Amino acid sequence: MKLRLTTLALGAALAAGPALADLVFPSLDYRTGPYAANGIPVADAYADYFEMINARDGGIGGVPARVLPCETGYNTEKGVECYEATKSEGSLVYQPYSTGITYQLIPKATADDIPIHSMGYGRTSAKNGKVFSHVFNYPANYWDGASIAIKHILDLNGGDINGKKVALVYHNSAYGKEPIRTLEDLAKKHGYELTLLPVDHPGQEQKSQWLQIRREKPDYVLMWGWGVMNQVAIQEAANIRYPMENFIGIWWSGSENDVLPVGEGAHGYKALALTSPGSDFKVYEDLKKYVYDAGKAAGNGDQMGTVLYNRGLYAAVLAAEAARIAQEIHGTPDITPGMMRDGMEALDITAERLAELGFEGFATPFKVSCENHGGNGMGAVQQWDAQAKTWTLVTDFIVSDADIIDPLIAEDSAAYAAENSIEERCN
Amino acid sequence: MFYREAGDFKTSYQEDNQTFPIRFDRYRYYAVLAVGFLVIPFLINDYWANAILLPFLIYAIAAIGLNILTGYCGQVSLGTGGFMAVGAYACYKLMTAMPEVSMFIHVILAGGVTALVGVLFGLPSLRIKGFYLAVATLAAQFFLVWLFNRVPWFYNYSASGQISAPERDVFGILITGPNTQAWATYLFCLIFLTGSAIIARNLTRGKLGRTWMAIRDMDIAAEIIGVNPLRAKLSAFAASSFFVGISGALFFSVYLGAVEVGEAFGINKSFLVLFMVIIGGLGSIFGSFAGAAFLVLLPVALKVVGVDWLGWPTDIVAHLQLIIVGALIVAFLIVEPHGLAQLWRVAKEKLRLWPFPH
Repeated sequence: MKLRLTTLALGAALAAGPALADLVFPSLDYRTGPYAANGIPVADAYADYFEMINARDGGIGGVPARVLPCETGYNTEKGVECYEATKSEGSLVYQPYSTGITYQLIPKATADDIPIHSMGYGRTSAKNGKVFSHVFNYPANYWDGASIAIKHILDLNGGDINGKKVALVYHNSAYGKEPIRTLEDLAKKHGYELTLLPVDHPGQEQKSQWLQIRREKPDYVLMWGWGVMNQVAIQEAANIRYPMENFIGIWWSGSENDVLPVGEGAHGYKALALTSPGSDFKVYEDLKKYVYDAGKAAGNGDQMGTVLYNRGLYAAVLAAEAARIAQEIHGTPDITPGMMRDGMEALDITAERLAELGFEGFATPFKVSCENHGGNGMGAVQQWDAQAKTWTLVTDFIVSDADIIDPLIAEDSAAYAAENSIEERCN
Repeated sequence: MFYREAGDFKTSYQEDNQTFPIRFDRYRYYAVLAVGFLVIPFLINDYWANAILLPFLIYAIAAIGLNILTGYCGQVSLGTGGFMAVGAYACYKLMTAMPEVSMFIHVILAGGVTALVGVLFGLPSLRIKGFYLAVATLAAQFFLVWLFNRVPWFYNYSASGQISAPERDVFGILITGPNTQAWATYLFCLIFLTGSAIIARNLTRGKLGRTWMAIRDMDIAAEIIGVNPLRAKLSAFAASSFFVGISGALFFSVYLGAVEVGEAFGINKSFLVLFMVIIGGLGSIFGSFAGAAFLVLLPVALKVVGVDWLGWPTDIVAHLQLIIVGALIVAFLIVEPHGLAQLWRVAKEKLRLWPFPH
């Protein structure tokens, strides 16, 4: 009780003092629950990067950034609660790291004039900025991922995969179903056969799916998994001695958490990547100097250089960059969520700018526009080396097949616009 | 003292049998209703509506539904999540098929559809009891979730298999979709909860409710004195599923706005509602409210105290939440196996005699 009184008194004292202006970046993270292992590195990176920005540059445009963590546990109801609890603090941009929560927030945030950045997940057709004014999914989305994986397979086969068999092992939820339509259209175009193998949440039980793979012997297996499902699938693949170099996961199925438990059996497994792996970038020197060595690292401070930590860093740097651009556009350091949206729409990540920020060779340049909220749709393929315990990129960044994806996006976003009677923008 | 019966004379059977026979109790009930309908809508904001009150109201309807089946009729059900999903998907299909019809009608129709499905899955209860019935309803839970995930017609062939509520209104006031006002959604759900509670209360103290309780307490004796077990059990399944379906429809359309069946209506939902009923008190309408309040509000309260006031790390608070809520459930059930409703009844008995010891 005494403690509560002091906190109340403290709170009152703080509230009575001058309001400190800061840039609020809510972090809807999950350090608990079934997907905690994947949520922790992302959340750590997001917090660490803004910590570093504050220590090194005194914030963005002279205004300190404040990361506001809220635990969702990957649960949609808690996600809504987090959104409602943090939006009144002037939250600039939401990154839910859950396709379910993203779907939930798209209409709400649009109505509240707050942007959402679902980086490489969420609703794919949000790429169409004409319909989805406040939702951004740059640099690439699930359908790009499906197309990049197929392009990689094409490269391996000299451009002809007619009659080949491709199986898709997917998480039986909105997230896992996303690539199906794209893969079906690509199958029409390239003449491969597609087999669909759904895996129910959480994905511990995949015996029957892999039995089917063993029977049908598909030439390639693609995977849209998350959390424990990935490890189980890779383990099962190792058990049936499926050739690992023909097993390709989406970028959410390609972290250390997914392959380390399988040990040697995971050697050669491939996954898509949005960024380069490892910690060999200049930004890590600054992070070390200002955050890790200062003892300010979030969480246990043991996630540096992992795939998902790098993804969290990338999300943070894109948010910080958009905030900076928003400040420039509107000529004020104290930006509102609506101004942040404008900054995100004017985002232009060039190779030079990436190098300036200490991310040289980390990712590919892209540009956001009013019509295109989805970036350039590029991803690379990375492969796991079980002896060295490292991921390495085995291809350059590949661009997805726009001929297939653009009509699908136009169709899906038009349906959404019709359902919700949305006028097209950008005219 | 508070519950004085002195001078509270009843001159008719009707007065004697009313829900709140003690005057003070009755006025308190009117006061709560007045605050709920006339005060809160003017004070409510988005956070209170979407994070606290809507889930409470909606879960309370679900708990009333399950309480009819499990608390009053003694048929254990683990299929609540599945039946909520039926309500949600029925509501979605109706909303998209008939956009011009009022949301009130859609929600009630969704309840009706769920009642039919509930009767269908209630049929085995005529042959099996107890644990075996629990397993049969568990099968219903998994089958229904699988069905909604599997058949594209239910989610209108959308690419992701998600259903999203389009904007719909009641008398020109938006009830679903992103542009709703907090007070409108709150009142909409409150009207349904009040209606459900009044209907359930009157069902359970009438002839139908007595047949349910007779079946619960001793089905063979009930049959001997002329209760038809077929009609009693199936009517309990129908009434229960009707309320659960309404709660599912509201859960999807008004509260969340977009739903993925496996995530929103999984087995965890069934357990959650069952815990609400057990903690609140089996066979009590008030217990449904108390259980829903306990399991919806307590985690949020713990989070506010832990994260916002004390500034602890979010993951620690999330783990503490689980520990505290779990410990409280165990403690409550040890202290009072009949749930919060029984604690309330005992407190009322004490207050009637207070300040004299008994």
